[in-house]
Parts: sequence; structure tokens; C-alpha cells
Amino acid sequence: MQFAAGSLRIVAHGSGVYYAWLAFLVVLILQGAAAYSDQFKAGLILTNMRDSVSWAFYIGNFTFLVGVAAAAVMLVIPAYVYNWKPMKEVVIFGELLAVCSIVMCLLFIFVDMGHPERGWHLIPILGVMNFPSSLMAWDALVLNIYLLLNLTVVTYLIYCAFVRREYNHQIVWPLVIFSIPMAISIHTVTAFLYNGMAARPYWNSAILAPRFLASAFCSGPAILLILFQIVRKMTRFEIKDEALHKIAELMAYAMGFNLFLTGAEIFKEYYSNTQHLVYIQYLFSGLHGQRSPIAVFGWGALLLGIVSFLLFLLPATRKNPLTMNAGCVMIYASVYIEKGIALIIPGYTPDTLGQVYEYVPSVTEVRISMAIFGVGFLLFTLMVRVAIAALFGKQEGAGEELPDSAAASESAG
Amino acid sequence: MEKKPLKQDIEEPGRRAWLKGLSLAAAGLLLPGCEGKFNETDLQAFFQKNFREIPKEELRKVLERLGEEYSAQYGQPVSVKATPPKEGVSFAYCLDLSRCIGCRRCVYACVKENNQSRTPQVHWITVLEMDKEKGVDIEESNIYYDPETVPRPGKFYMPVACHHCNKAPCVKVCPVKATWQEQDGIVVIDYDWCIGCRCCMSACPYGARRFNWGKPHVPAEEFNPETDYLGNRPRPKGVVEKCCFCVQRVRQGKYPMCVEVCPVGARKFGNLLDPKSEVRYILENKRVFIFKEELKTLPRFYYYFGI
Repeated sequence: MQFAAGSLRIVAHGSGVYYAWLAFLVVLILQGAAAYSDQFKAGLILTNMRDSVSWAFYIGNFTFLVGVAAAAVMLVIPAYVYNWKPMKEVVIFGELLAVCSIVMCLLFIFVDMGHPERGWHLIPILGVMNFPSSLMAWDALVLNIYLLLNLTVVTYLIYCAFVRREYNHQIVWPLVIFSIPMAISIHTVTAFLYNGMAARPYWNSAILAPRFLASAFCSGPAILLILFQIVRKMTRFEIKDEALHKIAELMAYAMGFNLFLTGAEIFKEYYSNTQHLVYIQYLFSGLHGQRSPIAVFGWGALLLGIVSFLLFLLPATRKNPLTMNAGCVMIYASVYIEKGIALIIPGYTPDTLGQVYEYVPSVTEVRISMAIFGVGFLLFTLMVRVAIAALFGKQEGAGEELPDSAAASESAG
Repeated sequence: MEKKPLKQDIEEPGRRAWLKGLSLAAAGLLLPGCEGKFNETDLQAFFQKNFREIPKEELRKVLERLGEEYSAQYGQPVSVKATPPKEGVSFAYCLDLSRCIGCRRCVYACVKENNQSRTPQVHWITVLEMDKEKGVDIEESNIYYDPETVPRPGKFYMPVACHHCNKAPCVKVCPVKATWQEQDGIVVIDYDWCIGCRCCMSACPYGARRFNWGKPHVPAEEFNPETDYLGNRPRPKGVVEKCCFCVQRVRQGKYPMCVEVCPVGARKFGNLLDPKSEVRYILENKRVFIFKEELKTLPRFYYYFGI
């Protein structure tokens, strides 16, 4: 009770910049709510999705955020292996990011549904869940377990810090360990959702799940790397430069592996040159002599990936704060484009009857997506604020820096 | 090829009532079309079970309620049946590629019979125009062909609709079992159970599934009032639909509308288990091919070359 009241007090007080940031997010959310209200009444016809391209921007965002949620917790592994001192803090920030990402994931699924009010049909006993046959059912299951798991652990940890009590290691540690395979499973199941569809040759590739994991291990830490630097500056959060550089180094390996897998896919398609080549052609060039509207994204994601890989591979640029942060932004952008557009759209273009429908997101889709990111950032800002206050004492937690932290990740998105 | 009844609800009433109360609150917030008020009918519709879970007595009431709703909507008596599959019947479809002239009469007869939305336009049948020189090459196909007369020289035509696969990918991926294959082989959809996630559309290799992106519109004077729950009854927005083999006709012993209307007799339909049926004759005597056979979806839809 005291914890709840205290948390409320913490989030309700702050500087002008903090309030301005919150107000900005609220405006972002409200304009999206208005757009969603229109979409709810008129139907998904307000999006640019059609029968040919039946999943698009919403599901792309969903896929990207599953990756962020997964990778945020997987960062516990290096923290443990390299024995970083602020282990607990790494766990807390990682899990907070995971919680916010999953909330955004669920919202993206919600706005993509033709009948969201029938969501209860999916709940076992109450409705009918097609388990284990449907991977969508699996996805709903693992995402919700993952959300509950992280929410429980992180709330407990912050509560203990708040009341200045030592947390119970025997409860927390097994849960944290359990959340690591869960993190891998949410992204694997999401990959299998696409992977299992034989009707879409572009997705029906065995290296899709490994690619998902590799790219997620780039984008999730990119956000945390920036967050750690900011939190370190304003609190006594003691994460050493070496730890940050280690994260960047691991990201370089992950990006390298991701690029390798992408290259393997590109080689297979172009060298064997079968009828399945059309999808990747649509991503990088175009079909029937027409330039593809998404070619710029296909190349953009690839080039950003390569440049950031090099930046993080070379020790000099990895250790330079400027190039490191630039690399983080590039990695984030690269994976966002890759999952948001390069994964989904070519899967449907051309469609199963060979037709090309040129999809670009509609204004409604962009507005609603912005609002969902608004919800995520709002949640993250408030929760990080409470966490900082609980962990590092109330004085240090409040202040100007917090809005910047969210603003930094915002600019990366 | 099986119709397993789903398990009956085994919850104790207290818990059920509590959940209902909770969902009621949610329903108040979420019920579509609840401009200001919603009545008991809306609630009955909201809590309606999956078709295969509805007990017989309740199903009668559901069909009545739907009939009344549609009658009011279209200003004429509308019957909503739920004719069950017959024993010893297993449907199959054969389409003669050497006869089809691409006139699209089947497309529009289907639209009329099955109450497909006129705006936004929904067609269950897609006709591909392809070059005889290149054979079946969907990347080179054209679905928007619009010449003065068909067939065009050098072209052939391949109509595609739901293949009613025995190993249907759409059935496999649906998270809520809103689509399934009936005993007689027809793959059907419960429009009142579909959540509109569109997994099935990604899974279908034949591009057969259509989503109601907007509110479907059928002019009352063109509305076909002889409907079936699993077939041509009106669909709400936000659900998936597709060819149902004219379930409302074929279970009454009639041919599907596309078969009836085809001017060149390219479309054949019948019972696989009847040795004297046309489809059996074709499968036994003609050169038959299965579209995207490598995917092993085991369609009940066969293309053949009759001449």
C-alpha cells in the first residue's frame, strides 16, 4: 500500500521537462486513440492492408518488439558471466524494458484484430484455444507467461528496494534463470509463426528463428546501452565502461552473425534462382521492371547493419562514446526496418496467386502505432523512475535527466 | 476429414457467472455498434459459443435470432439453416482448364448466391489469365484482364477458389478453431467465432480467403434469403470468409452456383463416394493435376484437361 502510494508520489513529481515529456506522450496516445476509434468503427479498411498483404505494419512492429523484449532479459547472461557489479540493476532495467515491450506487443496484436472484443475466444475453458496446433495460440501463451514472469520479478525486486529490505535470493534467482529460456522461446515461437507457413516461401526458411534471435540480440541491448549511460550519469549506478564496451562487443558478434545469416539467405535465393527468388527481388529491386517501393528499406536495413557492425567490431569506435551511441541508433533502426518491413511485406509480395499489391502504411496505421509506442514509453518512463528512486534513493531519482532517457530511446525509434 | 465435437463446458455455474459478470463489464466497453445502448440480443450474440459447442436446442434459438436479425436488416424473410453433412457423402470439385473461357460468370453468380459484399468488393473466385506458351506460371498471370471478348487468343484461364484441403493449413493455424473441415469435406468458417487475426490468410497457398476490411454491403433487392449458418449468411466486418462449396445448396442436393452457371461445362461437382458420379469418372479417366501439389495440402479441388 505504502509502496503504491510512494510510487504514485514519485511519478507525480518532477521537473518541467519531465512534465513536458509526459504531456507529449499523452498527446501522442490521445491522437492514436482517436485514430483507433475510427478504425474500430469503420474496420481495418482504414489501414492499407488488403487480402494480398493481410498482415503488415502492426504485425511488423509486434515482431520487432518481441525481439526487444526477449533480448532485454538475455542481457542477464553476460552480466552474470562477466560478473558485473550491478547485477540486480541490470536485471531490473532489462525486465522493465521487457514488460513494456510485451505490453506494446499485445497492443499491436489487439489493434490488428478484426474482432478484438472476441479475444476471450482464445482463453482456454472460457473459449476454445487451438493448442498445440496453432502457433498463434502458442504465441499468446508464451507472451502472457513472459509478461507475468517479468512483472512479478521486477515488482518484487523494486518493492524490496523500496522498503529497504533484502530480496529473497532463492525466489528471485530461479525465476530470473527461468526467464532466459522463456525469452528465447517467445522470439522462437514468433519466428515459427511465420516460418511454419509453407504457403509463403520467403518465410519458410529454417534459419528464420536463428535470424530473429541474432537480430534481437542487437536491438534490445542497443536501448539498454543508452539507458545505462544516462542512469549512470545521474545516480550512483555503478556500471563500468568495460561492461558497456563488453555489451557493444557482444552486439557486434550478434550483428555479425545476423549479417551472415542474411547473406546465407541472399546467396541461396540468388544462386539457385528458382521461382522463390521473386520475394527477395521485391525487397531489393522490384518485379516486372517496376522499382519496388520498399527497396530503399531493404538496402537501408542492410547498410545500417553493416556500418554499425563495423563500428562495434573495431575497438576504437566501440569505445568512443560518440560512435558507440551512433552505432546503437543505427542498429536499432536497422533491426526496426528489417522486422517492420523487410520481413513482413516481401512475404506477401507477390501473393500466393502471383499478384503484386504495393503496400505502404496508411496514416491511421502510423498514428495508432505512434500511440502504442507512446504507451510503451510512458510506462517505461514511469517504471524506470520508480525503480531509480527505489534503488538509488529518492533525491537522485527525481530530476531533469529522466525525460532525456526516454527521449534518447525515442529518437532511436 | 473429421468432425470432432469439442468438449462441453464443464465449469461450475458460480465461476461461470462471475466470469460472465466480468466480461459483461468489458462487453459494455467493447461491443461493436453499441451506439448508446445494447440489449439482451447483443449479449446473447456476444456470449455465443463456437458453433461446434452449441447444444442442439440452443442452436435452434441462435438460428432463429439470426434469422430475425437478418430479416429486419434486409426487409424480407430470411431463413438461416444449419443443415448437417450427410453420411456417405464426400464432396469433390473438378475444373476443366481446356474448356474454361475466362468469362467470370461463375465469379458473379457466386457473389450473388453467397451474398458477398458489393462495396467493398469481395469475390470468392479469382480467375487467372495466363499464356498458353508459358503454362501455369502464376507470376506471369493477370487477374485484371478486361478485353471485349474472351477467350483471348494465346491465353488460357484458371479459376481459383478454396480447395477444401484435407490437410488444410488454414484449419491448422487458426488459434480459436473458428474454421474446420466438416464430415463431407467442406472447410467452413464460424463467422461469429472468428477473431479476425488473419493467420489463415497467411497460411492459405491458394489466396482463397477474404477478409471483411470494411462493413460488407449487399443491396436488399439482391440479397439471397436462403442462407446457411456456415455458408452464405451475412458476415460482419472484421471476419474472414471464403468459398463454402455453396453448403446451403449442396447439402440440399443441388449443385454449387458456379457449376450451374458455367456456360461451357468446365465445372464438375459431386460425391467421391458415389462410383457413378462425374467427379469419380474424371478422376479415373482424365489427366488431373493438383495446384501446388508439393505443399501436400490434399485439396478436394482438381484441375483437369478434358479435351
